[in-house]
Amino acid sequence: MDGERIAQKVFLLAAVLSASVTVLLLVFMVILGLPLFQGGLFLRILTHPWLPGRQLFGVWPMIVGTLAIASLAMAVAFPLSLGVSSLIAVVAPGRIAHLVKSAVAFMTGIPTVVYGFVGVFLLVPLVRETFARGSGLCVLTAGLVLGILVAPTMILFFSDALARVPGSHRVAAEALGATPAQVLVYVLIPGAWRGIVTGLVLSTGRAVGDTLIALMLAGNAAQVPGGLLDSARALTAHIALVIASDFDSLEFKTIFACGILLYAFTAAATIAVRRLGRKGEPVR
Amino acid sequence: MKMGLWFKAAAVVVMMGLAALPASADPLAAFNGQKGEIRISGGTAHIPVMEEAAKQIRTANPDVQISIAGGGSGVGIKQAGEGLVDIGNSGRKPTDEEVAKYGLKVFRWALDGVGAVVHPDNPVQSLSKDQLKQVYAGAIDNWKVLGGQDKAINLYTRDEASGTRDVFWKRALDKGDIHAKANVVPSNGAMKTAVANDPYAIGYVSVGHIDVTVAPVALDGVVPTNETVKSGAYPVSRGLYSLTKGEPGRLAKAFIDYLFSSTGQQIIVDKGFIPGN
Repeated sequence: MDGERIAQKVFLLAAVLSASVTVLLLVFMVILGLPLFQGGLFLRILTHPWLPGRQLFGVWPMIVGTLAIASLAMAVAFPLSLGVSSLIAVVAPGRIAHLVKSAVAFMTGIPTVVYGFVGVFLLVPLVRETFARGSGLCVLTAGLVLGILVAPTMILFFSDALARVPGSHRVAAEALGATPAQVLVYVLIPGAWRGIVTGLVLSTGRAVGDTLIALMLAGNAAQVPGGLLDSARALTAHIALVIASDFDSLEFKTIFACGILLYAFTAAATIAVRRLGRKGEPVR
Repeated sequence: MKMGLWFKAAAVVVMMGLAALPASADPLAAFNGQKGEIRISGGTAHIPVMEEAAKQIRTANPDVQISIAGGGSGVGIKQAGEGLVDIGNSGRKPTDEEVAKYGLKVFRWALDGVGAVVHPDNPVQSLSKDQLKQVYAGAIDNWKVLGGQDKAINLYTRDEASGTRDVFWKRALDKGDIHAKANVVPSNGAMKTAVANDPYAIGYVSVGHIDVTVAPVALDGVVPTNETVKSGAYPVSRGLYSLTKGEPGRLAKAFIDYLFSSTGQQIIVDKGFIPGN
């Protein structure tokens, strides 16, 4: 066997292995969660409240909690990221853009727990005193910090997409007398929208999957949050809190329902990105 | 006379040395020449004692590595039972079922109370049991009702694997409801931080963890302290347990023996617990 064929086999093996891990993960969760699929239990777990005292182990409050925290995070991160990446691409290219970009790249490397820690000691008291309601551990606090956490990744995605818009388009617009703002709104953002949507979808995946921020800042109350200042529990935080309970208990089994839900969400996001990429020019 | 004085001085020195020997040298001697790792996890109330003991053992013998993780009593029982750790800690007595299923050996080395705590600035530092139960059930939701400020009460509780929660729920709340709006924190340390940072909070921690950052709440007029827990006047108490799967290995046994030695007992006292079984 020549070298090339050996290399081919090795790479194929690596690809098959990593792909099968992804599939096996799902199989593993479904097998361990199998008792949940009998007699409509899975549906009940998805729709019921969490009241262990009354033997009700539904994760509906956690689904709502996850969606609330993640949507707020995206609502914070999206305008912020679009603004910063526009600044890098149009408003202040050159040294300032370079500086901002390095700062953003550095931010992506800060461990999540640092954000959580700062949130506990700075943002939580601020939110509690400002709104004079609740403990400050709430959807709002977690959403704000999570937004800041995912923003750097989103900014890098957006700036790459904006930078890939052909220079000739930009030059043509400028030759027609367009101001930098007009270039941004009518040429760059439309040209880069696929990259922008990709960044948005992947960042949403990250916001939904993040555990530590929700665990440290959202309060973890197993209730459907009635507002931004209510304590809420995310699916990920629920897994972290319940994993220590008895293996054979039903509450432990709900972990698999949460895992399957998170897996399904990530899979859907990935498929959406793929579809988008296939439609037009290569996105990544 | 002078000789006599010197003799007395020498005798005192020798006696002091002898007295000190069994206390300091003996329990650590079991680690001499040993090498290896002791893995510990579980109850978060135990952690300060575990860390101090580990520090002293490491100083005496750097070849012995000791890793300490939290997770709660449920984790301690489960991981010890499955052989994932050498010693699992629990703040509740493992059930007969758990002992039989895993073949656990149970070492109880301290008595500990679980007390309700509030922020030190909170004027409400005494509640009847009935009031406490109503607060946790959500029936009383404003400090004004209890004589405090006109502010909503922020409830804090622990996750379901917590031994501290188990004891508090059974003995202080008589298995009453804990409202779903209660914030959930994952350890005794996190509870203390949360309550210390929230002027309108009420939570509960192991009495050994109560310090100036939080204020204990008297229950039916009895303040949770080591003295009241020891005398039995304060009823919400439990043992602190370390568990091993079957007979402990040599290093794990040396560690547990160290906890029961006079130095170990002193560490337990210093960290705010009541030693003994």
